[in-house]
Amino acid sequence: MANIIEDETIEYVSILAKLELSCEEKEAAKKDMGRMLDYIDKLNELDTSKTEPMSHVFPVQNVFREDLVADEGKGNREDMLANAPERTEEAFVVPKTIE
Amino acid sequence: MRILDLTAMELGKKIKAGEIGVEEATAAALAQIKAAEPKVHAFVTVDEEKAMVRARQVQEQISKGQLAGPLAGVPAAIKDNMCTKGMLTTCSSRMLSNFVPSYTSEAVRNLEKAGAVILGKTNMDEFAMGSTTETSAYGETKNPWNLEHVPGGSSGGSCAAVAVNECFYALGSDTGGSIRQPSSFCGVTGIKPTYGTVSRYGLIAYGSSLDQIGPIAKDVADCAAVLEAITSYDPKDSTSIRREDTDFTSALTEDVRGLRIGIPDDYFGEGLDSQVRETILAAVDVLREKGAVVEEFHLSLVEYAIPAYYVIASAEASSNLARFDGVKYGYRAQEYEGLHSMYKKSRSEGFGPEVKRRIMLGSFVLSSGYYDAYYLKALRTKALIKKAFDKAFETYDIIVAPASPATAPKLGQSLCDPIQMYLGDIYTISVNLAGLPGLTVPCGTDSNGLPIGMQLIGDCFQEKKLLQAGFAFEKSRCYKGPALAKELEQESGAVFQYTSVPQQNDSQ
Repeated sequence: MANIIEDETIEYVSILAKLELSCEEKEAAKKDMGRMLDYIDKLNELDTSKTEPMSHVFPVQNVFREDLVADEGKGNREDMLANAPERTEEAFVVPKTIE
Repeated sequence: MRILDLTAMELGKKIKAGEIGVEEATAAALAQIKAAEPKVHAFVTVDEEKAMVRARQVQEQISKGQLAGPLAGVPAAIKDNMCTKGMLTTCSSRMLSNFVPSYTSEAVRNLEKAGAVILGKTNMDEFAMGSTTETSAYGETKNPWNLEHVPGGSSGGSCAAVAVNECFYALGSDTGGSIRQPSSFCGVTGIKPTYGTVSRYGLIAYGSSLDQIGPIAKDVADCAAVLEAITSYDPKDSTSIRREDTDFTSALTEDVRGLRIGIPDDYFGEGLDSQVRETILAAVDVLREKGAVVEEFHLSLVEYAIPAYYVIASAEASSNLARFDGVKYGYRAQEYEGLHSMYKKSRSEGFGPEVKRRIMLGSFVLSSGYYDAYYLKALRTKALIKKAFDKAFETYDIIVAPASPATAPKLGQSLCDPIQMYLGDIYTISVNLAGLPGLTVPCGTDSNGLPIGMQLIGDCFQEKKLLQAGFAFEKSRCYKGPALAKELEQESGAVFQYTSVPQQNDSQ
């Protein structure tokens, strides 16, 4: 296997991914990611030095509109809050963020 | 005649003619769902009550002449990654086990405008990540042709539901083959339109630059009608395209004379099951006999599509799935210390292994130091793949390919080796990278009686050519669903029949 994934890399990536992996999951992730990267390295066979990255197949531009509620359903606060794991009458509740 | 044997278009006609009531058709589908679900498990949610209420409503509108489209009153199923107001939408994930959207996705809204009766939400791979529907948090769906096999994925529930007559058509979504591959495995017809054709508003995102919604049905005519109904320009989706040529049903002619069909030799070589190869080439011969011009050619770059796709799709997934943080909706862990711990624990407990695997890979390829080497490299590869297709379409109207290297594998065989599973997407994935339309049409079965699908690939905006060729091909055969569909209907004792009134000028 050409790509050896270190413990630190998995730690770092799980911080970015906001995932807390168990010891077994970390070991599995190291192996999985190493194998995937070995496979992805196949792309290095291609000379892409003269090719621009293509994010969309068609030229896309931002679509702007007035900041108004366009979908009647979305304006309903109760509907929006109904899915919250924790809430008050009119707000989402999150754990304390500032000490 | 049995109601459940009808295609969506046939049923729509009979509803319009007053031969079959909307409630009757809905009851027939619901009875079949009841009979089939213990064996097939194609649905995550079925809402009988809502469906019957809606059926009455639609019938009233039809009777008053307020609704007259070809799909008015026809019962349908929706993949569980499309938001439906007031109806549970789980993405087959524990993360969204109690999520009830406050709005309806644009594609489903378009269907409702056309008079669809929504029966429920179909099972899928968790967040559409998988090729077998086995990564669902709610249990696997089984292939109606052989219950020991997978239906394919990720729209496996939608395809199985159509195959076993639980609905008359369904919506699926396709990011790397998720409509076309399960359609092939379940012997049904499915089309992924050109990127931007169907609004993604309300489709829970996986890989936004690749995701497209499309119809799954019993035949090409139904696919054309459903596609026509769901296509719309939507300012709420910034990648939505304003198209003029959306009268897809007008392409349903059998004339393929002069149609130039390309057969990529690199799609029919090593790695392709010989029965699949022979069956598809025999189907191509049917089109040749009808006047199409068939030629072999070399597409190139085929082996680079999968690695490029998994970099791009995982990168986009890692970003898209960041919204699941246990605050506004979805799962929140019971125990945590502070905000970040809440995020991490909720996500780690709410997501399944395949989703976490892709979020990790995506976060890695986007991280500083690797972004250029992996992410940009994949986007450059995508540009080359698009170019290869552009070149092919200078010569050919349609490219014919398999939808999968083999027929449906047995349950439990795929998930242990992810890369092996990813390789099964080789014929479908580059179509998403290039934004092209792709249609799967059933064209036979292997020696085990499992369906084989032929994939027709077109240039951007050329859905009509695909529908035309698909239509011409299927006219040479009869749609035959799995035996299980009829067996279940018999067993349940609820066979819904109708008596046909002779009609003038009915060409079918």
